[in-house]
Amino acid sequence: MSMTKKVASTSGKSKPARQSASQRKWAVGFIVAAVGIWIFYTYIMTHLPDGMQTIVQNWFPPTALNEAMVWVIAALGLNIVVGYAGLLDLGFVAFWAIGGYAAGWFMSSFFRQVNFHLLSTSPKAVPGIHISFWGVIFIGGLICAFFGLIIGAPTLRLKSDYLALVTLGFGEIIPQFFVNGSNIGGLNLTNGTQGISPVDNIGVPGRSLSPFDFSWKFFIFVLLTAFMVFMSLRLRTGRLGRAWLAIREDELAASMMGVPLMRTKLSAYAVGAFSGGVGGVAYATHVGGVFADRFNFSISIILLAMVVLGGMGNVWGVMVGALLLAWINSTGLPAFGDLVNNTFHTQINFPSYNFLLFGGSLVLMMLFRREGLIPESRLKAILHENDDPSINVGGGE
Amino acid sequence: MSVALRAENITVRFGGLVAVNSVSFDIPTGKIVSLIGPNGAGKTTFFNVLTGLYKPTSGNVLFGEEDITARPPHKIAASGLARTFQNIRLFGLMTAEENVMVAMHSHLKAGILATIFRTPGQRREERESRETARELLNFVGIGKWAGEYARNLSYGDQRRLEVARALALKPKVLLLDEPTAGMNPQESLTFIDFVYKVRDEQKVSILLIEHDMSVVMSVSERITVLDQGEKIAEGTPADIKSNQRVIEAYLGKAKGEKA
Repeated sequence: MSMTKKVASTSGKSKPARQSASQRKWAVGFIVAAVGIWIFYTYIMTHLPDGMQTIVQNWFPPTALNEAMVWVIAALGLNIVVGYAGLLDLGFVAFWAIGGYAAGWFMSSFFRQVNFHLLSTSPKAVPGIHISFWGVIFIGGLICAFFGLIIGAPTLRLKSDYLALVTLGFGEIIPQFFVNGSNIGGLNLTNGTQGISPVDNIGVPGRSLSPFDFSWKFFIFVLLTAFMVFMSLRLRTGRLGRAWLAIREDELAASMMGVPLMRTKLSAYAVGAFSGGVGGVAYATHVGGVFADRFNFSISIILLAMVVLGGMGNVWGVMVGALLLAWINSTGLPAFGDLVNNTFHTQINFPSYNFLLFGGSLVLMMLFRREGLIPESRLKAILHENDDPSINVGGGE
Repeated sequence: MSVALRAENITVRFGGLVAVNSVSFDIPTGKIVSLIGPNGAGKTTFFNVLTGLYKPTSGNVLFGEEDITARPPHKIAASGLARTFQNIRLFGLMTAEENVMVAMHSHLKAGILATIFRTPGQRREERESRETARELLNFVGIGKWAGEYARNLSYGDQRRLEVARALALKPKVLLLDEPTAGMNPQESLTFIDFVYKVRDEQKVSILLIEHDMSVVMSVSERITVLDQGEKIAEGTPADIKSNQRVIEAYLGKAKGEKA
């Protein structure tokens, strides 16, 4: 942040200074909102009149909020790949799945033949590998980062559409592997479609959080999200973030300025995959298990829609986009459907139209607001320059 | 006289087309040399071979003592061979300062964790590179635009920013690809002084591809002429001016069909 301040003082241009001030405003807003929501559900909710409680339960159930936070974590990871480095990834669900299975493997009784406990909440006598949630987050993230490198090494040599197609392929292969992984030469690695459940509770000092312990989990997911935001913002202003942006802007010029393309792209892929893995672990603890058939293509698309809708490259935009779409997907649309059906005595299955809604909203966004709901200021500068006659663009051609 | 960069018998074939045919070429240390030739003579192809963008069909590029022919472009750049582009290729949605700092990438060390946790080393590195970027921007005369997006700068300032960005690589050799394209005669004159200033104060050898003959003749210590992929002449500006082959191939036609 010191950079932007200095720029402002010497150049007399207020743009970068405004940016950092608005970043801080968003961070404060995020913390206030999180604390406010937590207080509301933990203390105020139970004192509301019954009618109000039902409305809140129908429209804003606490579990939906937690699930939305998981989406935010994964979407922030995808934002590093798509928004920062400009690499279109249509198979992000792969990392979500790998992270989920990391939780399944290291936080459950699945591997009955071993008995390994590390700061876990489960009793010592229970067989299986039981590692603390806080450890598994890093393990899951690192496994994903590793797979990000493996998948990325051959694919990132491709450009734009071709890259998207190959990532799409990996996004299908990896979940299929988990579906069919119940008998790999006699080894049951994934338990097939039955999945692995239950996974251990999250442990916090002095407590073991059951799957229904909403408010503590919310707190933990907010913490993870905050870390992802922190990581995204810090990386963005550093050496690597500049190189990612440079590649997004002009790959050839970047390589001519000494930026190693493969390495830099791979690092974006690995960092994004890490976040996807953390999201996967969080999701497994949220639903209390991993189930192979949930990791389908639609997750990749919804994540991408969150990034695009929210505002590619802007962490706060992506967060808003993710919260909004996750809420519509899990609660908003069914609740709205119930309301309409009950009022007009119709039998429309609203949730089945969710992709129509997402697709439609993406088309509309592309037509009228391509930079997303809360755009990165850089993108806004080009996409709307024709609206503002005062901006005089130097010719580059 | 020591040689900063030497190209030996460079040949580039695209399928059946011979774009550059066995061209040898030196950039002496601390000199300003030019590469000229009519459109399609193979200048830019030759340039791209030097920077590693194309691999020559045969021939070698020696940078100092090292053979850099097979090296990937980013390594060649990092070892001190910097270039600008004929049609400006800045990172438009990054500030002028960021543009310059991107080119320091290979000189900086900060990794992912150091950047996330802002270690003292990373902070120092960022501060120093920012100061260097400032100095370079001031050097090329656009210090006051440090915080402005590159795409918002005026055309001339974008050209200057490209030079500043290239200098951030701490180059030994600077390749300028048609730097005065699109400039009016007055701006071109100012640019000549600027090239001398860059050479003298930044201690670089400079290779210029240029269409503007007044610039080429006044700034170059030696000129090499390409025509249809072949080197047809080499010498001082005075030699080139009086060289019959050059006049036929290039200067004679220049008035009629100059790009």
